[in-house]
Amino acid sequence: MQLFLQQIFNGVMIGSTYAIVALGLTLVFGILNIPNFAHGHLYMLGAYLCFFLMNQYGFGYWISLVFSVVIMAMMGMLVERLVYRPLQDRPQMSSFISAIGALIILENGVIVIWGPQGRRIPNPYPGIVKLLGITMSYQRLLVIVSAIALIIMLQIFIKKTTAGMTIEAVAQNREGAMLVGINVNRVSSITFAISAATAAAAACLVAPIFMISPTMGAFLGMKAFAIVILGGLGSISGAIMGGYILGLLEALGGGYLSAAYKDVYAFGALILILAIRPTGLFGREVS
Amino acid sequence: MLLQVENLTKHFAGLAALSAVSFEVRESEILAIVGPNGAGKSVLFGLISGLLRATSGRIFLQDEEITGLKPHLRACKGIARTFQTTALFDQLRVVDNLALGYRLRTKSGFWATLFHSPGWNKDKTKTTERVEETLDFIGLTEKAFHSVSVLSQLEQRRLSIGMAIIGEPQIVLLDEPTGGLVLQETELITDLIRKIHQAYGITVCLIEHKMRMVMGLAERIIVLNFGRVIAEGTPMDIGGNPQVVEAYLGEKYVA
Amino acid sequence: MAVKGFLREKSLYLLLVVFALVLPFLITDRYVFQIVIMGCLFSICTLSMNLILGYTGQVSLAHAGFFGIGSYSVALMTKEGVSFWLALPLASLLAAATGLLIGLPTLRTRGSYFAIATLCFGVIISVVAGNWIEVTGGYTGIVGIALPSPLFFPGIGPISFQTMVAQYYLVLAFLLLTLLVMHRLVYSLFGLGFMAIRNNEILAEAVGVNTFAGKLLSFVVANFFAGLAGGIYASLIGSISPSTASIDLTFNWLIYLLLGGAATLAGPILGAFVIPVILDQIQFLQGYRMIIFGILLIVVIIYFPRGIMGAISDLVRRARACYERGKGMKRAAAG
Repeated sequence: MQLFLQQIFNGVMIGSTYAIVALGLTLVFGILNIPNFAHGHLYMLGAYLCFFLMNQYGFGYWISLVFSVVIMAMMGMLVERLVYRPLQDRPQMSSFISAIGALIILENGVIVIWGPQGRRIPNPYPGIVKLLGITMSYQRLLVIVSAIALIIMLQIFIKKTTAGMTIEAVAQNREGAMLVGINVNRVSSITFAISAATAAAAACLVAPIFMISPTMGAFLGMKAFAIVILGGLGSISGAIMGGYILGLLEALGGGYLSAAYKDVYAFGALILILAIRPTGLFGREVS
Repeated sequence: MLLQVENLTKHFAGLAALSAVSFEVRESEILAIVGPNGAGKSVLFGLISGLLRATSGRIFLQDEEITGLKPHLRACKGIARTFQTTALFDQLRVVDNLALGYRLRTKSGFWATLFHSPGWNKDKTKTTERVEETLDFIGLTEKAFHSVSVLSQLEQRRLSIGMAIIGEPQIVLLDEPTGGLVLQETELITDLIRKIHQAYGITVCLIEHKMRMVMGLAERIIVLNFGRVIAEGTPMDIGGNPQVVEAYLGEKYVA
Repeated sequence: MAVKGFLREKSLYLLLVVFALVLPFLITDRYVFQIVIMGCLFSICTLSMNLILGYTGQVSLAHAGFFGIGSYSVALMTKEGVSFWLALPLASLLAAATGLLIGLPTLRTRGSYFAIATLCFGVIISVVAGNWIEVTGGYTGIVGIALPSPLFFPGIGPISFQTMVAQYYLVLAFLLLTLLVMHRLVYSLFGLGFMAIRNNEILAEAVGVNTFAGKLLSFVVANFFAGLAGGIYASLIGSISPSTASIDLTFNWLIYLLLGGAATLAGPILGAFVIPVILDQIQFLQGYRMIIFGILLIVVIIYFPRGIMGAISDLVRRARACYERGKGMKRAAAG
């Protein structure tokens, strides 16, 4: 029983990470229809920036996190501008390939600067608390709490602010939005900035728990895609739910079935579900 | 009766684009579908050609129900169409486009192609023949090996019509074949359609906005408005029909 | 004029084939030979990838996965005593069959979903290869894979594949086979069907092309050849590991293909030979190599989507147009 609860806790924590990363991706893929394949690598870069600021300049954890988020927001805009915008009138296949170029640059750039081996970010909250027999480290609790806060903030942003509603408008009808004077390019930039920033936040929160490495974002990025497709392109609730479900699946499956194959669950599920419902679980039919 | 449409309805997220549309297309006739913008004409073609799925209703081709068939199968059964925004394979050449139009009449599949079987050779000769014939018919023989992207709009329009007829279809759906063309070009396309009808006796069903052209070309006209059939008959009948006139806001055609 | 162009092409092909046949007599360096052999193998990979990507317009990121299925199948079968010459076609068919199984559900969806699904599948293959220790040997992989057993040719006697020369001819033969198949498929009404799918899927359906069948077929055929290349690779190199099925390989081939020129038959071969050589030459740049390639990939897809071969054919076309115009002007001036 204890093992079960422990896995649940771990699953919720990992699920929080997945939820935020998937959320960022669904904004870009669902709303702008850009398959940002490099999303996982932006996440990875966010973690490395945090590490760099803490390691090189001795900044505190929270300051490094904030800086990383801000810098990654700008990186997101840069990526949109250089990698995707030139291809907006071309078939989606081209954007995919361009994305692959971007992720190669990011991954190898990090390797060149910091080396291929994993690095450690010192844990700012090393304590643990025991509840119902579950060991909960403060950092993990922090991840869960911050994730919920981030998700709520994002929902408010999308529903209540002008910028957020503009993004929704573009999502629903790109041409219509342009006709009413919405600068679609600016919306793309902002959406990408948010997407990258949230990914960076998630990465910095999780980084002290695990090691960071240049490849830490690769699988995560792919899982995010699986979550987004299964949860429905552009559906924020789908991304969140999907993230938590996957986190729990992996934790429970890894704990009870096989640790080695847990990464594969998301991918197998995607192929299986696409076989049954080609538009994804909550997808809309493309006319 | 070649094509029959029975109670066809199409909803788009609650909006009824077509409601209980029923009519028939007779063999070898030229039928025109007219109506104001948004009346549902292109949706109708989409449903007949299979690119859209009907919410309810049935479609019959030669008494055979085709309502659930995928688009490429309907094409093989003899439904050809053109699109409002000229749809061509712009990465390919004129001859390639025409050859693709004829492809559904060829039988050679993967293995025949791989081993250059006698059937494959026969298909190749027949295709070349048909392509040359059609090129001549639509008047694009000189531009045969040009890329589609260098053609003028009129030439592209002729090519898309050529692609539609090369496969010897039973019925050709022309979606605003003269859309965006000036008067002279419109006459040329109208002549081409007449030529096709006379030479091959193909059933033609066209959507058009230019009433004058329609009146001179069509044998029968069906008028749609707000997704429903509001009138059906010969050009004479339609010209004097008050409902039709009303639909076009007083644009009365003087016969 | 079209006839003249065609003839020129045929003689060019012949020249290249002759050159390829006499190559072993021109090369003495073992290392260079190895590069050439790998170039041929990778050409099979890029040519087959080209069928899905360049001609049918679908992005499959599982290509290395099928290469891996081919290698592991041949490795395991030859270890059980099956002759290479039986194992190879079986392995290729297995790769094709797996492609069919994966393609059936995933090709019904949008292009980007398909790409991601293939990516996931490719990863599944490499994870399974790394963890199914009893069968695949885990991360250490399989070693000591036998070379292809000697072939008996009537009149010449047994030809063993111990020497690099023999191995080269083996790979060359399969490359030529792949080229022949691709050529026949692509330069046909069938191939036009693929390109129609790539250009405008909706219109393709409207003119009677079964787009699903077309995509599935190009996928399965491509995977057959990926498996074939993988099987040959396993036998010639002698040892394989999960990195044989890694996504990095797929990305590499993608770069070779795009730089060389997708949607041509020469482009993939050009890319598969030239790019690794360049990569080799700039070893001193180390980590920066891949960064340069990432940048190159983006630049190429944005500004030179048809790669080197595309640029060359553009140049040729422009030159020809100039020539024709010049002739026309001379005629006008004279007449």
